[in-house]
Amino acid sequence: MTTNSSPERIAGRTGRRDPDERGYFGAYGGGFVPETLVAPVEELRAAYFSARTDEQFQAELATLLERYVGRPTPVYEAVRWSNHIGGARLLLKREDLAHTGAHKINNALGQALLAVRMGKRRIVAETGAGQHGVATATACALLGLECEVYMGVDDIARQGLNVVRMRLLGATVTPVDSGSRTLKDAINEAMRDWVTTVEHTHYLLGSVLGPHPYPLMVREFQSVIGAEARDQVLALVGGLPTAVVACVGGGSNALGIFDGFVDDAAVRLIGVEAGGEAIVPGRHAARFAAGTVGVLQGTRSIILQDQHGNIEPTHSVSAGLDYASVGPEHAWLRDLGRAEYTWVSDTQALHAFQEITKLEGIIPALESAHALAHAADLAAGLAREDVVLVNLSGRGDKDVEIVTQRGLGASVAPPTEGDDA
Amino acid sequence: MSGRITDTFRRLKTAGRTGLVTYVTGGDPDLARSTEIVRALDRAGSDVIEVGVPFSDPLADGPVIQRASERALAAGVTLTGVLKLVSQVRADVHAAIVLFTYVNPVFRMGTEQFAARAAAVGVDGVLVLDLPIEEAGPFRQTIVNAGMDPIFLLSPTTTDHRLQQAADLGRGFLYGISRLGVTGARDEVASGASALAARIRAVSALPVAVGFGLSRPEHIREIGECADAAVVGSALVNVIAQEAESGDLIPAVERYIAWLRRDIDPDPGGGATVV
Repeated sequence: MTTNSSPERIAGRTGRRDPDERGYFGAYGGGFVPETLVAPVEELRAAYFSARTDEQFQAELATLLERYVGRPTPVYEAVRWSNHIGGARLLLKREDLAHTGAHKINNALGQALLAVRMGKRRIVAETGAGQHGVATATACALLGLECEVYMGVDDIARQGLNVVRMRLLGATVTPVDSGSRTLKDAINEAMRDWVTTVEHTHYLLGSVLGPHPYPLMVREFQSVIGAEARDQVLALVGGLPTAVVACVGGGSNALGIFDGFVDDAAVRLIGVEAGGEAIVPGRHAARFAAGTVGVLQGTRSIILQDQHGNIEPTHSVSAGLDYASVGPEHAWLRDLGRAEYTWVSDTQALHAFQEITKLEGIIPALESAHALAHAADLAAGLAREDVVLVNLSGRGDKDVEIVTQRGLGASVAPPTEGDDA
Repeated sequence: MSGRITDTFRRLKTAGRTGLVTYVTGGDPDLARSTEIVRALDRAGSDVIEVGVPFSDPLADGPVIQRASERALAAGVTLTGVLKLVSQVRADVHAAIVLFTYVNPVFRMGTEQFAARAAAVGVDGVLVLDLPIEEAGPFRQTIVNAGMDPIFLLSPTTTDHRLQQAADLGRGFLYGISRLGVTGARDEVASGASALAARIRAVSALPVAVGFGLSRPEHIREIGECADAAVVGSALVNVIAQEAESGDLIPAVERYIAWLRRDIDPDPGGGATVV
């Protein structure tokens, strides 16, 4: 039997829906990089286009995905949660069970193997929530590569567990205190590193962002999620889901799972952005709700910007969704009407976090909790015959401090003095 | 009709002198003082003045110019403010003026409107840091149609094929980045500077300016041996940052430019240097 991560299956997932030769998905994408990066980006494009049809490369990746990452990850029916909501059946694609605890490892291993193939000995990466940083540090430990991860100081403060994990794995974690001190600024700093070190360094970008070929390459490395999930859902419920729901920061877990269903026109594809505190400049990261066309960090997409073209600050309770731009292919899918985008607030995400933890015994990442929150609303309005598949993109151990600060989990703390409860 | 940039380099060539290109971030530390700084750069002998457009995410810049951009944005200066600055100084500044910008503020204004407004205030050339040749087609044409020069950056990593494209599409001068990396002053001229300048010369008759990391008069003299002009940016921005609150800002800028020119100006005492 051919497994979903076999070389044949991986080859079957590449080369579909390629952007044009300049890297455009419709009006979005391209390669807006400083001159020094033009040649290394072209070198990467050539290396990737060669690797994706190379059987040996695909076999090596497939073996790692199966034996090291633990793929395929299961699709699990959340029966208690579904019953609690009382509408459609809810299925969870369990990317939280992948090695390192999130989907990020699929792309990190793919690009790290590619870096070895290109003869690069050092990796730089950015991270927001720290999941991509941990996945990259893991891949580098496994393959013996030097690793430096840039992370905003605000994110270091709120995702401390992942900082420790990266350092244990041998990576250098470099704090970034410029700009908004979050994911966007970490990407700026990683690019500044890369522009200085291109001769021996690969920039391992963690989402479907940046100049061509990154948006395409990262989507293809993540497409294993959707390929597995489609087969698993068919086997479990005997048909296709009504809707597939995923959170969208840059949007790699979403494109990964959407890829399995994009040709099934009847399946709704729904991306969920961070609504933060309110859809007011500086207090959210819902690009499709309030963004306009612009260029940020190498790619043309929908971005949050002011009237002068400066990037607006963003906010989300989840560091991984706290970003002012979105993958260009998402903007294209939206224009085509093939995917829909919505947002949920910090409060709604925290509520879903709590529900799924208590009802299913699964602590989700706050990023994934955004998808869960919307899926719950959606399922409530659907019939029992409907099926909603949610990409549970990562686990939430990293978020326990944040949710504790938000007053969740407080009942396990000892009562404070004067507490008459 | 040749533009002010072309005329400037022609004059330099006739005089046998190395040109000095200076960069400041427009609106640093605020619009009023930045306007006076540009006038001072001209008085002190800049041949070309690059005015940077402040941007929230300057990913090709090192810490010195990042901070300058932050100061200018904090003072409320954006692309519109920079155009206002140029309109205020144009009548009394002799140097050619080049806008140095990231692409997003230009796209946000709209390429056509940007070109019309920039040309109207007297901008001579436009250099967009994150708009490589592959993405620059329509933009370049709009700039040329408006009577300005599109300036292209060339790096040690630029292939010969792309050098040739830049030579064909560029106007005014070509700007060689002497080293890999972001902007920032260094103690030494990069070892690859003369090799890059020679590669550019082999494919183009356009004047060549070389920059990235230059900070001292010896650097300007050394670059003069392989290129038509030397560019000083971060080191000058550093002077502005240090002197902004000292009450000595404008004289300090003029002294710094005079010092940079020490080895390239004709000797007023009638010595052995070229007159």
